[in-house]
Amino acid sequence: MIRKAAIEKHGTDPVFDPGRRNFLGSMAAAAGITLAPGVILYGIGKSSAASANAPTAAVTSDVRWGMLIDVNRCGEGCDDCVTACNTENGIRGHGRETTDAQWIRKLTISNPDNGTSKSLPVMCQHCADPPCVEVCPTGASFKRADGIVLVDKHSCIGCRYCMIACPYKARSFVHEALDNQKPHAPRGKGTVESCTMCVHRIDSDRQPACVEACSDTGGGAMLFGDLNNPASEISKRIAKFTTQQIRADLGLDPGVRYRNL
Amino acid sequence: MGLRRLNLLLPVFFLLCMAGFTVGYAASEPGGKTTGVPVPVIPAGKGETCVEDIDFMRRNHMDLLKHQRDETVFNGVRTRRHSLKECVSCHVVAGPGNVPVSASSPKHFCRSCHDYAAVNVDCFQCHASRPETGALAELTDRDILSPAATAGTD
Repeated sequence: MIRKAAIEKHGTDPVFDPGRRNFLGSMAAAAGITLAPGVILYGIGKSSAASANAPTAAVTSDVRWGMLIDVNRCGEGCDDCVTACNTENGIRGHGRETTDAQWIRKLTISNPDNGTSKSLPVMCQHCADPPCVEVCPTGASFKRADGIVLVDKHSCIGCRYCMIACPYKARSFVHEALDNQKPHAPRGKGTVESCTMCVHRIDSDRQPACVEACSDTGGGAMLFGDLNNPASEISKRIAKFTTQQIRADLGLDPGVRYRNL
Repeated sequence: MGLRRLNLLLPVFFLLCMAGFTVGYAASEPGGKTTGVPVPVIPAGKGETCVEDIDFMRRNHMDLLKHQRDETVFNGVRTRRHSLKECVSCHVVAGPGNVPVSASSPKHFCRSCHDYAAVNVDCFQCHASRPETGALAELTDRDILSPAATAGTD
């Protein structure tokens, strides 16, 4: 009953309106502008409003990028986030389901006791304490200052330790020689890869492709933002609502949070 | 005795062969030019100048790229001046149908010199060797070398 009430409230909550979020996204470059009394556009720059959109500025730990995914808003048959990710990063399958690269996937979880099921996207959870980084023998697997976990493919030797270490099965190994890669998303045979949180977009003050697609054509379940900034929309919602991290018991502190899981 | 004479004759024979080769090569040069050494035909890039002096770029482009690559991967610095993406966009070479050629073509800017110097580059196993298709609309005919201008590269 309480939960239903919460969902109803959530449904009418103006901050969940995807249209409004689009507007916020498009205005994101104008960090910190007061739109109306009490409504402040939050910046999604590299570290602060001052250095937003500066390609020369190195990323800092002032920000920690994260996502909040509202599972109740994630449609069971919808895979717009997966399609957007594949298009954005030039990921094409080779008809080999067991080994084809998968940066984001849709999972359906069900409760056999009462028959309920839920659908949610799972990708690299961008842990604060990533096990993939810990096991990497070459330092290829690393966490950027702003919390994004990446693979430096120049030093990746393809040993796949990180794939074994990751509790979220978030990483893929490229088995085939590739061509026609996207200029912003280099990918190649013999290296491990995973969700980059669309780091190339973030560096130019844009949202990850999956978040954009979810808000454009999906259920508006995904929210991207700065977990370190208490004024950011994502931090406000995390402070207001109960959210979960998958396998929080492992103590990895993932940057991807779920609501209504 | 026969062996000694052979020892004397071999260098002479070798020199004669070399002379014959040089003459033959010079004669085969188009326009009767006698440059002697074949040089790679390097397609011109867009714009008037490269991001640094050409002499400097010929010797140091790999260091610039490597430095930029680490800055971009680890620090998110995405300045365009020394980025591989910018090299590829500026030095785009048109193939059949005015479609930019990829590194699989010997006409590709990087390959035109690397093939000649027999230095293998791994960059394009992962990186795109031509601008994204969407970016082609931004290129004018003048930006892309016409196929005729690059016909002599292979």
